[in-house]
Amino acid sequence: MSEDANMLTAIAFYVFSAVLLGAGFMTITARNPVHAVLSLILAFFTAAGLFVLLGAEFLAMLLVVVYVGAVAVLFLFVVMMLDIDFVKLRRGMQQYMLLGFAVGGILALELVLIVAQHWSLAVVKAGASGVSNTVAIGRVLYTDYVLDFQTAGLVLLTAMIGAIVLTLRRRSGVKHQSGWRQVSREPADCVETVDIRPGEGA
Amino acid sequence: MALVDFYIYACRAWLGFVLPYPWAWILSQVTMILVFTAVLLVMLAFLLLFDRKVWAAVQMRRGPNVVGAFGLLQSFADFFKFMFKEPIIPSGANKGLFLFAPFLTLTLALAAWAVVPVADGWVFADINVGVLYLLAISSLGVYGTIIGGWASNSKYAFLSALRAAAQMVSYEVSIGFVIVTVLLFAGSMNLSDIVRAQTHGWFAFSILLPMFAVFFISALAETQRPPFDLLEAESELVAGFMVEYSSTPYLLFMIGEYVNIVLMCALMTIFFLGGWLPPVAIWPLTAVPGIFWFLLKLVFLFFLVAMVKAFVPRYRYDQLMRLGWKVFLPLSLAWVVLTAGWVMLFGRGTM
Repeated sequence: MSEDANMLTAIAFYVFSAVLLGAGFMTITARNPVHAVLSLILAFFTAAGLFVLLGAEFLAMLLVVVYVGAVAVLFLFVVMMLDIDFVKLRRGMQQYMLLGFAVGGILALELVLIVAQHWSLAVVKAGASGVSNTVAIGRVLYTDYVLDFQTAGLVLLTAMIGAIVLTLRRRSGVKHQSGWRQVSREPADCVETVDIRPGEGA
Repeated sequence: MALVDFYIYACRAWLGFVLPYPWAWILSQVTMILVFTAVLLVMLAFLLLFDRKVWAAVQMRRGPNVVGAFGLLQSFADFFKFMFKEPIIPSGANKGLFLFAPFLTLTLALAAWAVVPVADGWVFADINVGVLYLLAISSLGVYGTIIGGWASNSKYAFLSALRAAAQMVSYEVSIGFVIVTVLLFAGSMNLSDIVRAQTHGWFAFSILLPMFAVFFISALAETQRPPFDLLEAESELVAGFMVEYSSTPYLLFMIGEYVNIVLMCALMTIFFLGGWLPPVAIWPLTAVPGIFWFLLKLVFLFFLVAMVKAFVPRYRYDQLMRLGWKVFLPLSLAWVVLTAGWVMLFGRGTM
């Protein structure tokens, strides 16, 4: 039975990996930037599938919620609203080609170094300790790393307040609406019924 | 799994060959998914009719009453009407994505049902991170809307899609916090365990009652039901991001929307009304199958949703945003703190 299950896992792994590589390739080759972002989203999604296969379901769901559900939506918003001139984009291609290859080469080299050092990647499997990995992450996060966790929260809070302070401006001459005042308005405050006799109206 | 064994047995006994276990497993999963989807969609057809009948009754009309007895077959007639219409694709549209968006919407709406337990043990994927899976799927729902609006290559569709996305993202935040309070009470992210935690009292009858109300209203906003249907506002605007859609692609959007509404009703049943559990655990009630209680609660919630559509006036866009960010977000956040304190002091579950 476990051999059968392994075979299913293997099929799923190869399908996800193939889709992931294809989507990654599409991300950098697609002409239409919206297609590129959509391929990136597909890549995130299949990466989540690979996490599930590794037994890291919490991480997988988080990847989808945070990256696909929030970050990539913003990407898509920005890219859709950009006015993109394809001719101009392609003209810059030669200039950035060298830089692109340099960055890509360094990344590839680093990957090779990491993989060469820890070649036993196939053994990685989460959830071996018998507790679900949500519980495991929660235990570690709120005990051993509670200070780091809180610090990260503070950094994010600072970033949020910073963004609000930078973009908030009070313009004069704008009529603000108060929801409370609108809701608490009664008919008696604004409508008056007047009984006028026929022929005596103004 | 019984169905897997049945397939292996049937192939060996009747067809005379050995079916490998993985193939039998895939086959049985596909069968069950197809059956579940078919049942869900047929149920949806009648819920749609129910929705229209409730709406009509409030307005003292008869509602659909021509096709079939009491109009029972109206939804099926509508289905075929949409199917046989000509799908029109705008010439400037991005054809692939234009057709992809409605499929995405419907697929995601159906995919969420994989973790929903309709009775004790009746669930496709009884996973430990069921709630997170639901949040993940519902956060993907925005894409169907944005892609549909953008691919139509129409200003109105695109503007509406941006508004729709803003609305969905805003209300997802408060829905997330409401779910956190439920998780704190239940102590598990598995939906079946959440129902089992309510054996001694539903979460609706605890300090979570206000969160039930917040979830209900947020669910209406999230699924773009009236009074928050500013995108379609049929008496004022055209059909929002779906304006360029016709025929089957439009039908897929509409079915997806309704599947999402029913899903939200199912989630409220599970989170607050004890899922498949009977109201009180005494003999004649416990003998009734769990699926009956689940459907009863689901239909009741759907009735409430339909009633809201009938008698609540539409919100303005700024009121909608204000409600989401300035009222529900602080309220639900405060309730997370309150619930955590309650769990610390009095322990989990209802008292």
